[in-house]
Amino acid sequence: MSQSLKPYLTAVRHTLNAALCLENFSSQIVERHNYPEIENKKTKEILLNPMIISRNEKERVLIEPSINSVRVSIKIKQSDEIEGILVDKFTRFLTKRAETFFILRRVPIEGYDISFLITNVHNEDMLKNKLVDFIIEFMEDVDKEISEMKLFLNARARFVAETYLSTFD
Amino acid sequence: MSQPIELDLSKDPIYDHCFSQDRRSVAITRANDVDIYDLTDVSGRPRLLVTLKHHDKPITALDISVDGKIVTCSQDRNALVWVPQPDGSTPKPTLVLLRINRAATCVKWSPNGKKFAVGSSARVISVCYFEGENDWWISKHIKRPLKSTILSLDWHPNNVLLACGSTDSHVRVFSAYIKGIDSKPATTVWGERLPFQTLCLDYNLGSWVHDIKFDPTAEFIGAVTHDASLNLIYPGPGEQEVAQVIKVKTSFLPFRSLIFATSSRIVVAGHDCYSIVFEGDAQHGWKNTYSIDDPKKKTRSDIENQSALNMFRQLDLKGSSDSTSASLLTVHQNTINVLRPFQQSTAGITKFSTCGNDGKVVVFDV
Repeated sequence: MSQSLKPYLTAVRHTLNAALCLENFSSQIVERHNYPEIENKKTKEILLNPMIISRNEKERVLIEPSINSVRVSIKIKQSDEIEGILVDKFTRFLTKRAETFFILRRVPIEGYDISFLITNVHNEDMLKNKLVDFIIEFMEDVDKEISEMKLFLNARARFVAETYLSTFD
Repeated sequence: MSQPIELDLSKDPIYDHCFSQDRRSVAITRANDVDIYDLTDVSGRPRLLVTLKHHDKPITALDISVDGKIVTCSQDRNALVWVPQPDGSTPKPTLVLLRINRAATCVKWSPNGKKFAVGSSARVISVCYFEGENDWWISKHIKRPLKSTILSLDWHPNNVLLACGSTDSHVRVFSAYIKGIDSKPATTVWGERLPFQTLCLDYNLGSWVHDIKFDPTAEFIGAVTHDASLNLIYPGPGEQEVAQVIKVKTSFLPFRSLIFATSSRIVVAGHDCYSIVFEGDAQHGWKNTYSIDDPKKKTRSDIENQSALNMFRQLDLKGSSDSTSASLLTVHQNTINVLRPFQQSTAGITKFSTCGNDGKVVVFDV
């Protein structure tokens, strides 16, 4: 783990721990409805201040808490175009399977690559510390995975180019 | 200190629970229903007595009066009063005319059991009482100056004053005097003349008020807010005057509930999954003194960490030998929602019960 990753992840972990204090809250606006208040933002007094935790200009996390839901959006590091394409493919693979991935939001927030929406129901069904662990682990692993894929892609490109060009030898 | 009594009752979260007056049974909310468990079974395990089914949205709160009537309120905008039958069969429900168009969030019987108050997301408090003439429960509304969802309610021992906390971060004390039901209350620190809907106190605490309680002498109120602080509000002699506010800030996660063990000792609990005790008074201030079921004082059993079987089991389940167990060290594995007094002596509350999102009801010593 690099020098700056650890404090970054620790900051995210503590913020998530504090943000995930949710309760069941029925809508004040629509009769008999109970939806994640952070998605609707019509009732101002039950939203808390959103927070951005940023490691550098390319990597950041946006945490938007409210009384019954928290939205966590992650901007994954993309230093060049290949990484951009890989991240796009990777997140698309995940978001297409959002139903089986309970806390994943189908569409990321603008400016971010992937978003999670955790509601009070998730917090009641699952253990909170494990939810936080999962998000931290995801952030740790996704960088590793993307750079691995990039290496693999470069190696393959080199091999393909060599094989292709060898016919002109 | 004896071991806490742990009742593992449900897979679903328990939003509220209440023991019967004789402490022989407990009622819990489970999604749209209320389950009543008998605790005196010979097997020693809680036995399901009856399930009260009528609501079609999650039940948010319940309460049992001194004479055994159960009141439940739900997100389907209704409240029901369940009257126990003399032959012990399923209690009979009576619908209450709440006249609200949003979810009901909290409910409390007045100490004498003649009326109850229901807080709601419709920004009103319905004070309900029984009208013998038509044989139904009707309500009167407290509307102003409520601006947001009511999260908690508490009655003054004189059955007239009602404290409420809401998401607009205000604590308020109202008069819920109803002609023909209540007798004229004696003058208290909260005011002299108290017609219905008189505002006796209004104070902004700056954060959602999760729970509010009058202290046993009813001279001041305690409230817990979402900024993880305990607030004590002392009324002054003037109209709506606040003499003193003590805010005890802590570094815990937010508290969901509080009870007064005595006038100088408060137990709070919430998202930290264990209870914390505060002691103090108006002159010397309030301080966090100790915790009940403190995870810092416990250690995981070494057997669990060292056994080879456990290591291979972890490898099989998770693909790593990481043996950090998923469970917390506290008795409750998820947020504690409500604290209620369980046993009282002349010196104050000696035992209290908690219920949590993990589906457990636990009785602790103070």
